[in-house]
Amino acid sequence: MLTKLVNMDRRIVFILVALAVIIPMLFPISLPVSISEPTRNLYDFIDELPAGSAIMLVFDYGPSSLAELNPMAKAILKQCFDKDVKVIGLTLYAVGTTMGSDLMKEVAEEKGAVNGEDYVFLGFRPGNELVILGMGTDIASIYETDFYGTPTTELPMMENIKNYDQIDLVVDLSSGNLTEVWITFANVQFNQQIAAGVTGVIISQMYPYLQTGQLIGLISGIAGAAEYERLINSPSKGILWINIESFVHLLIVILVIIGNIAFFVQQEKEE
Amino acid sequence: MKRQIPLILCFLFGVVMLLTQFSPHSLSQGVYEEVLNWARIITPFALVFSTITLLQTHITRIRRQTEHWQYSFLVFAGIAIMVVVGIPFGPQNPVFEWLFNNVQLPMDATMFSLLAFFIASAAYRAFRARNTEASLLLITAIIVMLGNVPVGDLIWNKLISLTPWAETAADGSSWAKQWILDNPNLSARRGIILGVSLGVISQSIRIILGIERSYLGGGD
Repeated sequence: MLTKLVNMDRRIVFILVALAVIIPMLFPISLPVSISEPTRNLYDFIDELPAGSAIMLVFDYGPSSLAELNPMAKAILKQCFDKDVKVIGLTLYAVGTTMGSDLMKEVAEEKGAVNGEDYVFLGFRPGNELVILGMGTDIASIYETDFYGTPTTELPMMENIKNYDQIDLVVDLSSGNLTEVWITFANVQFNQQIAAGVTGVIISQMYPYLQTGQLIGLISGIAGAAEYERLINSPSKGILWINIESFVHLLIVILVIIGNIAFFVQQEKEE
Repeated sequence: MKRQIPLILCFLFGVVMLLTQFSPHSLSQGVYEEVLNWARIITPFALVFSTITLLQTHITRIRRQTEHWQYSFLVFAGIAIMVVVGIPFGPQNPVFEWLFNNVQLPMDATMFSLLAFFIASAAYRAFRARNTEASLLLITAIIVMLGNVPVGDLIWNKLISLTPWAETAADGSSWAKQWILDNPNLSARRGIILGVSLGVISQSIRIILGIERSYLGGGD
């Protein structure tokens, strides 16, 4: 029995995880979400921007990370459109193009924002750091047109926006190391304020940059997305999914404790 | 000559780009901008090369009939369909969007979602308090896992409400997680970043000076 427990068939673990996901999805409950300081810092920064300011929202992720990063993007867009903060969307990740454009359109329709006036989506350009460096001089030299083919210089919103000097904040939503590239090339070279929203697995990498002030704020995984939704008072998928994730985390902790108890009892018996 | 010319070009561009970072002169900045433009033009060629390499790899697999070689035809089909639909009509084309939203997106998301199951299974097997280091890792993992979700604070607050510190020690689970991220994690990460950065600097100097030549590939 003990040996069976110590070497539990992984299919049992799979079934338990599936149940921990499915049951809270069918019977949703609401757990209290506490706000972390890095998330609040980003919220406060955007909240204090005057109407007409501009931020850059970068969709540096693909479908594999959309569950964590799409809720963040939506929450930030809602806050910006509510406050009349202009949003320039773009991506350095080819597969982020369709996702970014669809998501911006969806939130813009909900909030009544107008393409070209309240937001623009520039799309994808290859070359990561080269794109970041180039936009420091002239955004239109990198993105001659927006994603829909309109010349960037003809977009009303871009009339007074030439480079980072007119951008109040870059928010990089990333599932890889691109946030560090933004910090190295946009923050260090051009003193551009940067914030990030990242997937759970790379949260720990971001903390040195928070401490140095190179990141003014950080949304951490689905937990951060839920915090942001609470801050803008618009509960959505972030809050729903963090409650589901709660049960999965709890299950893993319980399994680890059971596994350890069984392991020690077995060891004691063998001795 | 096949090796000397790239070495000379690497040295020249490396030194020039390094110098432009120390001079705000218009000539220096002009050179910097021009080289960046060249680099931006060259970058898309990497996409072409990577596609050619991918095709070559799968052609070899089919020719040698290695294990699961039949799946290589799916790679060709995927590339062909997306190129035929995407290049002439652009990414806003409804067919391209449909293929992305209904084929690539769910497949990619599904593959990543499977990780949750494997991580749970791996955590069950790996997190065993066999020695001091493993015990520390185990305790830290449990604190971070619980601190990262609302249920952690819920359990903590229920437990602490039974003690006299109910008001002063609320939300202890997320506080403990934040402390771990802010202190031990930050210190370790900073050490890693400094180490990697020093490595990158020394490697860059070796490449510029032509000491490190592995990027040129083997043979003359």
